This record gives sequence, structure tokens and C-alpha cells, in this order.
Amino acid sequence: MTARERTTEAARAQARPAARAAGALTRHWWLPAGAGAAALPLVLRDSYGLHLAVLVGINAVVVLGLNLLMGYAGQVSLGQAAFVGIGAYASAVISGSLGLSPWLGVAAGIGLGATTAALVGAPLLKLRGHYLAMGTLGFGMIANIVMAQWQGLTRGDRGISVRAPLSVAGLALDTELRRYYLVAAVVLAAMVVAANIIDSRVGRAMRAVHGSEVAAAVSGVDTQRYKVRVFVLSGALAALAGSLYAHHSGYVNPDSFGFHYSILLVVMAVLGGMSSIGGALVGAAAVTLINEQLRWFQEFSTIIFGALLMGMMVFLPSGIWAGAAGIVRRLGRLRRAGRRDGA
Amino acid sequence: MSPTASQLLQYLVSGLTLGSVYAMIALGFTLIHNATGIVNFAQGEFVALGALMAVSGAAAGLPMPVAVLAAVAGVTLVGAALERVAIRPAREATVITLVIITIGASIFLRGIAMWVWGPDALPLRHFSGEHPIVVAGASVLPQHLWIVGIVLVTMLALWLLGERTQVGKAMRACAVNREAAQLVGIPASRMVMLSFALSATLGGLAGAIVAPLAMAQYNMGIMLGLKGFASAILGGMGNPLGAVVGGLLLGTLESLGAGLLWSGFKDAIAFAILLIVLLARPTGLLGRRSA
Repeated sequence: MTARERTTEAARAQARPAARAAGALTRHWWLPAGAGAAALPLVLRDSYGLHLAVLVGINAVVVLGLNLLMGYAGQVSLGQAAFVGIGAYASAVISGSLGLSPWLGVAAGIGLGATTAALVGAPLLKLRGHYLAMGTLGFGMIANIVMAQWQGLTRGDRGISVRAPLSVAGLALDTELRRYYLVAAVVLAAMVVAANIIDSRVGRAMRAVHGSEVAAAVSGVDTQRYKVRVFVLSGALAALAGSLYAHHSGYVNPDSFGFHYSILLVVMAVLGGMSSIGGALVGAAAVTLINEQLRWFQEFSTIIFGALLMGMMVFLPSGIWAGAAGIVRRLGRLRRAGRRDGA
Repeated sequence: MSPTASQLLQYLVSGLTLGSVYAMIALGFTLIHNATGIVNFAQGEFVALGALMAVSGAAAGLPMPVAVLAAVAGVTLVGAALERVAIRPAREATVITLVIITIGASIFLRGIAMWVWGPDALPLRHFSGEHPIVVAGASVLPQHLWIVGIVLVTMLALWLLGERTQVGKAMRACAVNREAAQLVGIPASRMVMLSFALSATLGGLAGAIVAPLAMAQYNMGIMLGLKGFASAILGGMGNPLGAVVGGLLLGTLESLGAGLLWSGFKDAIAFAILLIVLLARPTGLLGRRSA
């Protein structure tokens, strides 16, 4: 929500008590979102449903970072899968191969993801547009090849199995339900952090860079530093998601973190709707669930997925989130118009 | 063991052959980029379809030149249809939305290719025999010569199209300034369709001529498309000469890197060189400074 929307929201809330409640709900969106996430397992009773929800959550964390990078700072990354892989391998090596504490693996993954993003981002983010896309794509390809070829560390194509579960306060997260609650909490926390960043000075600087990098620089924004910062944040979020993935799937293999996944992540971000926190979750859910459901169609699944993707982008060019908001607004206008006519 | 001169020459031959294929794919990226500002992620699928259609044509008993031309014509139609069905209805959308549409198209076309031709790599007969010609210790296949020759002729034709014909000049005018081109009566949207059709022609031809060496497979377009994109970026996006230089350079470096260093890291070497060039020249070798 932008600052202006918030002001008009507040003005409307003063006008009517019912609207005031609605305004409070949109301001404290994390309350209903958290309640919904907590209640979701009641609907998805089987472990397959929970497994899908965990995958959606893991992808949502990555897409949230990508959304900040692309939607707010206006910088594209076609190599985001590399950071997910870095997090996953940090967990796999530390917890799987070395048998050390799983949380140490998560922390190392986040640290390594952020450090790599800082080292790679500092030179790469000087590139613009398609050149930046190619630069990040190249980084992602190299990282993926290293995962496949550095046999001593990653065991190459044989992969690494990750048996030890994460645990919280002595409770081992060894069921789908427990992992679901961890991932849901992480997604919600990441969304709250992202929303706060967007509404802060950093967020305004990011949007200024997106609007016009030259104008932002002239107004005193150190554009390069903000771009790298957002990139580091997105790398850290992706690595965190990677660690969660390693512990959820119990197995890490280079194939999961290649070009295909990087592209799919960008698709999630754009399809959900850039420049919106909710869009990240919606995009991750749409792509993950559609791909999963299409398995039933076997050899037709990629044909249908490609056609659906083209169709959705043609009809909802600003993404599902903004598209749905537009439809809701239009319906509301129709209803108000109907009421006026009746009175 | 240091490589002998004939080994180096051998790497150079295969590198330049591969590089001319990359150059042709890169030119396809350049055409669409200049007409629309987008990167067409379905470019690699044009290559795969060209290779697969040529295999089917040859299997149906068509003489090789007819099979290749029929494949190129088929892919050209696919390119034009893609523009009409998926790009034109969204022409008001942002660049990133259009790029995602081309990603959807690439997934769709790859799915179709797998459905029609199956998952296996299919062989295609060499255009004229497989007896290598030995030049200074390096063996050159007739197919190498075919590839380089066809690419050269295609580039010449493309250059003539751009410099000497009304249509070519109109396309270039649209690339320079779309609004201004429209004001002087050039139908810009038809030029966008033409750019997609022509890119598909180039991609399809690249696939048909490389298939005898690399086989034809539904997913071959992923890597070839990426290499074509990398070549276009390396040379400077939007510059046709840059696309050719980028392609030849990338093919050669990749072949030398794989031969002299470690073949498992072949692609990593190519991308690492690309990154180094980009850091030194952020808009590619021949790109405009303010891209």
C-alpha cells in the first residue's frame, strides 16, 4: 500500500464506522493473513496438500525478494535460483554431510547467500536492462555448473540427502504439518519485513531508482548502494528458502537450481504482480499449483502450462494481484452505482 | 601436454562453425529487439523446430534442399503466428510482460515439439557426405563448410534486405524511432510481425543446418537460444554486426576453452568470459554507450 492510499484509507475510515473497521483490517493485514495461514491445515487435511502449501511458501519467500528487486528497485535477476541453491547446499553440507546443527546450516546459508549477492551484485548491478538480465543469467549458469561439477563438496549429480530435521524449542519439525507452520511463519515474517521496507526511507529510495535512476541520483540517492542492498536482501531471502527446501525435500541436487527454476521464479513474480507484497504469494501459488495439477496431463502438461502463461499475461498484463484488485474495484463501483439508481 | 598447431586449428574450425550458428540466432534476437525492445525467449524453440521439421522432411523422402526450405518456411509461419496470437494482443503491455509471454511461448512450443517428435535426439543426414577434408592436420567436414557458407549467404541477403529494399528500410526506421516511422506512414505493427517472421526464418535455418552435426531434439533450443542471446549481448544488443561478432567470438572461445581447459566447465567458461566483457564494456563490444 502506498502512503497516499494509506491517507485516503484513513480519511475514509473517519467518515464511516464500518469503513473504519475495514481500514484497520487493511492496515493490519498480517492479522487476517496469519489467521488464514494458521487455519489452512484444517482445509488441507492430507499431507499432500500440506506439502504443496510448503512448496508454495518456499517459492513465495524467493519471489518476495525478487519482487522487491524487480517491482520496487526495477532491477531484473535471471539468476535467482543460484541463491536458492546456495542456501540448500549450505544446509545439505553442514547438516547432511557434516552432521552439524541444522540451524547452523540455515544461518550459514543466509550468510553465504547475502555475501555472494553483495560480491556479485556490486559489479553486476552497474549493468542495465537486458545486459543486467544476461549478467545475472550468466552468474546463475556458472553457479549451477559449479554445483554440478564440484564433486568433492556437492557430490555432483548424485546429490546430498538431508535427514536431520530442523527443530524449534526441542520439537523436531519432522512432519508436513510442523514444517508447514514454520514455513508459514517465515513467509508472514518476510512479508511484514518487506512491507515495512517499502514504506521506509529505503523503500522510497528504491522506488525513486525504479522511476528514474538519473533523477534519483540527482536528488542525492546513492543508487548503486540501494540496488546492491536490495539484491543482498533478495539473495538472503532466496538462500533462506533454499535451506527450508533442503530440509523439506530431504535431498538436494543441482538440477533443482538451474536456469529453468530462475525463469520460473521471474514468471511467478510477474504473473502474481510486481510491486505488490500479495502478488508474490499469489504468483508463487499460481505457478506452483498449476504445474502440480498439470502433472495429470502428462505429455500435454508443458503445452498447457505454456498456453496458460501466455493467456494470463495477455489478459492480465499487470499480474493476477492487480488484475483481481481491478475486478473487485469495478464490481464495487457497479454496486454503488446500482444503489444510487435504487435510491 | 601443450596443444599442437593442428589441434588449435581443429578447435578453431569447430568454434567458428558453432559461432556462425550462434551469430544467426543472435541476429534473430537483434531483429525482434530492434522492432519491439523485448528479448524473445522463444528464439531457441525456432531453432529446435527448424531442426525437427528438417528431420521430418528428410524422413518423408524430400531432397535435402527442399526439406530444409520447407522447415524454414514452416518455422517462419510459426514466428508470424506467435506475433499475431500472443504479442499483438498485448502490445500495450510493459516489456517484462511481453518477455514473460515469449517465455510462455517457448514452453508451449517445446511441449508441442516433444509431443510431435518425442523426447529422443533424432539424426539428420549430412548435406553432402561425411568424408572430412584434412587441412593442415585439422579435419573439416563438408557440413562445416555448408554451415559457414549458408550463414554467410544469409547475412549478405539480410544486409541487402536492410540496405536496398523498401521493407528493410522501413524495418530499420521502426527500430530507430517507432513513432516517427508511423508518422511517415510505415505500418509499425506489420513491421513487428515481419521481425518475428524473419527471426523465425533465421532460427529455423540455423536449426536445420546444425542438426546434421548436433542432432535434433525438442529441448535443443534452450542452450542454443541462451548462447544466441549471450552472443547478441556480447556484441551489443541491437547491433547486427555486433551479433555476428559476438556469435563468432563466443563460439570460438567456447571451443578453445572446452578443448584446452576442462570440458565439464565449457559453458561456465563461455559465461565467465561474457561477464568479464560486460564488466569492462557494459553495453557489449559494439553497443551504443547509452543503452
